[in-house]
Amino acid sequence: MILTDEEKRMRDGAEGAATAAAMDLLIRYGDALACDRLCDVRNVAGTMTQPSPVKQKLVQEGGWERAFAVINLDCDDDIEVPAMRVPTCQLQAGFGPDAQGIVPYPQKSIELQQDAEAFYGARGVSILATCTPYQVGNIPVRGEHCAWMESSAVIYANSVLGARTNCEGTASAGAASLTGKIPCWGNHKDENRFGTHLIDVRTPTRSFLDWGMLGYFAGGVAGEEHPVITGDLARPDLVDLKHFGAAAATSGGVELYHIPGVTPEAPTLEAAFGTAKTPEPVVYGPAQRSLVYRTLNSQGTTTDVDFVLLGCPHASVDQVRRAAKALEGRSLSPGTELWLMLPRALKDVADRSGYTAVIERAGGRLLGDSCPAMSRTAPKGTRVFATDSAKQAHYLPAILGIEAWFGTLEDCVDAAVTGRWRGDLR
Amino acid sequence: MISLHGRTVVPGYAEGEALVTREPISGWGGIDPAQGRIIESRHELNGLCFTGKVLVFPSAKGSSGWSSFFQATRLLGTAPVAMVITSLSTKSALGAVVTRVPAVTDLDRDPCELIRTGDWVRVDATHGLIEVKPASERS
Repeated sequence: MILTDEEKRMRDGAEGAATAAAMDLLIRYGDALACDRLCDVRNVAGTMTQPSPVKQKLVQEGGWERAFAVINLDCDDDIEVPAMRVPTCQLQAGFGPDAQGIVPYPQKSIELQQDAEAFYGARGVSILATCTPYQVGNIPVRGEHCAWMESSAVIYANSVLGARTNCEGTASAGAASLTGKIPCWGNHKDENRFGTHLIDVRTPTRSFLDWGMLGYFAGGVAGEEHPVITGDLARPDLVDLKHFGAAAATSGGVELYHIPGVTPEAPTLEAAFGTAKTPEPVVYGPAQRSLVYRTLNSQGTTTDVDFVLLGCPHASVDQVRRAAKALEGRSLSPGTELWLMLPRALKDVADRSGYTAVIERAGGRLLGDSCPAMSRTAPKGTRVFATDSAKQAHYLPAILGIEAWFGTLEDCVDAAVTGRWRGDLR
Repeated sequence: MISLHGRTVVPGYAEGEALVTREPISGWGGIDPAQGRIIESRHELNGLCFTGKVLVFPSAKGSSGWSSFFQATRLLGTAPVAMVITSLSTKSALGAVVTRVPAVTDLDRDPCELIRTGDWVRVDATHGLIEVKPASERS
């Protein structure tokens, strides 16, 4: 790897031991990628505060300094953690104090996280505590090099915003926050940002559900490469593309896609593929749509639903408004809980707008910071859950050993109110 | 004995029994670091343990928590002894680095086709060399 003089100084300890460890990790990581240089970043989204059994043990042994060294820098030495060199935010984490008494989640973990937030906040980490930093003010501009984690945020930043980030991990994001550097590899380079697969949509794709299913299909087709989507598409909004991207990053490893005429790097179909020939399309028609629906609904046999989960990725204010509208004047079934996950900053907006009150009157809860998958926590005794998120339907059965139903917001609210799943593909 | 040649991801040497999949592996939500097991319900290796094995897989998929989940296997003593990765990405590259096990990629032949679960595999990652003794030839 070719280092600049500045990078060599960091590696050799001129900026302190933690920065030297960060540079050492970036060099090992860059070598692993066969990457020859680093690029400058000044927008890092990583994870430092979320409690885990491993982290708890490290904090007991040597405080947050030790936890940061091992987990965020892959370093075994005792180091002092300096202020972050570049703007850095904390993504979604564990549950916070608003979950106390509502979510069966250890009080100890809530306290550990609050302790972490104080430690990292004092070092310049902004505690956004959401998987959707782009919903609460961290919106990189087109072409901006970033070091982001969270697959659903990475795909949004690359595809919808035209920013440049690979899917970083805890240690590479930690190292980037102390150095302002990341391997200049993959999505950071012009030549790697073109489409590789063409998907021709021949079934109307209009709703939030439609976009999530199309994303799940696209991830299956493209794997880790770049699908280009054309055909019978309504113009999507933030919420549609949030769901599409999260699903594509879940079923495959998609970090970048193009929708000609919609996303910024694909003004036309030809532009999406650059100098390469446009490939033969893979068709997404009614049969493929139906198969995706059946796949996502193949993890449920019992139609008694005890838990409904909305807001994966974290809900927008408009999604909260729509959930409130669907729940207006209704009450949840006594055996069913409904949680809507969102950034705490947007919970404030939902409170002021009266949406929270409507949802809580019906018996639902708005919860910040986390989600059942991240915190491995659902209401006590949950056996069957329903969600409007393809991503959560994919992950939660494996993580919690529960059954899953996937459908529209209305199907989910119906399940919450009746305690029964009656969703279907319409 | 079958030999494959590739590129170093993490240098070092290890040998062990192969655990091979043709399906990408998910870290977060796909493995349980405490037990060193694949837990993705629809994965062909669901329920199998990779601790002490040479893990041979085509690619990493899913969450950016991939590397920290594999790092946790190192910290909890459930890690594989080596990784052979057909197609490298940031997730698997960083994952191999923080798991601190020898790892190789960009092989001259498809490792997921040539190596079978149960084969004995020597991974000389420093030189990008892999030697496979098929299970049928093992005494």
